[in-house]
Amino acid sequence: MKLWLSVLAVTVASWLMKASAPLVIGGRKLPPTAIRMTALMAPVLLAGLIVTELGGKGWSELDWTQLVGVGTAGGLFLAKVPMLLAVGGGIAITALIRLGLS
Amino acid sequence: MSRAAFSGIGGEASGERKAAFLDGMRLGVGPGAAAFVLALSFGAEAQARDWGFALPVLFSMFAFSGSAQFTLLTTLADGSALAAITSAVLINARYLVMSVALNNSLRGGRLARALQAQALVDASFVVAHRNDGGYDVARLIGASVPQWMLWVSGTAIGALTAPSPDLMHQLGIDVAFPAFFLLLALDELRRSTRALVAGLLGGAIAAALLFVVSPGYALLGATAAALLGVLPEDGETA
Repeated sequence: MKLWLSVLAVTVASWLMKASAPLVIGGRKLPPTAIRMTALMAPVLLAGLIVTELGGKGWSELDWTQLVGVGTAGGLFLAKVPMLLAVGGGIAITALIRLGLS
Repeated sequence: MSRAAFSGIGGEASGERKAAFLDGMRLGVGPGAAAFVLALSFGAEAQARDWGFALPVLFSMFAFSGSAQFTLLTTLADGSALAAITSAVLINARYLVMSVALNNSLRGGRLARALQAQALVDASFVVAHRNDGGYDVARLIGASVPQWMLWVSGTAIGALTAPSPDLMHQLGIDVAFPAFFLLLALDELRRSTRALVAGLLGGAIAAALLFVVSPGYALLGATAAALLGVLPEDGETA
């Protein structure tokens, strides 16, 4: 029961957080300064996600084979390779390196 | 203006929304593929911790939040339920900020807006970002559809098959998420110098915070870089 209630609590909290601004602010428009700040949320969040995904807690999950794969995907994408193929290339490179190391 | 003219405008707007929705679905497939792989891990880990099949799948269906789900899964086994729930909720605190960012672009009354905001997930938030700084809600929802389907199906398959974490690591699957985020960032940071500076600052803040706090809090701290928006843009007065 504890498990189900915990899952329910997190699910409801997640709904409420996503709905927080519509429920609290409603249709009122934000001032220009706030709009400029919200426009920067996407690049900031992405940069943060990349760092936290690669570093992990206390930078303990940093793995150079993963970095090579991610870098390869980025390089392929800049060379106009479609997104899915670029990521697939990055995954393949990392898998090959790990295969070679094992 | 005549009713026919209104109808024409309405039809055009509806067509644009449909096109944006379909465009969002197309853009959501890539991050969805990464979500599928991560969901395999979630389903397998949940199975290993005796969560059974139904609970992780229902959790993925209704919460649709990888960070909160993984946090609850890992912390519930180690401590009290209250601490685990609090951690899982706090790790999603960025949705409060994203919800504010999205709000100006939502349509309808409070309830309709609140429902539209449920499509909010990291990758969709980014692909819905328009050049004018606003967010395309149809595209946001479209991008979340394949991600939700792949997240739920990945959880179910993971819970049923329980693939070994070692095998997933050997196959380089852990590259998928950061690689997709990097590719999305490459597009996003090219929008303006301000976006580039904010992104670099956000990354630096997250990097520094990772030494002292968990990734969820480091990510939340990174959003402080958006305060650069307080500064007026070129040609604007403060």
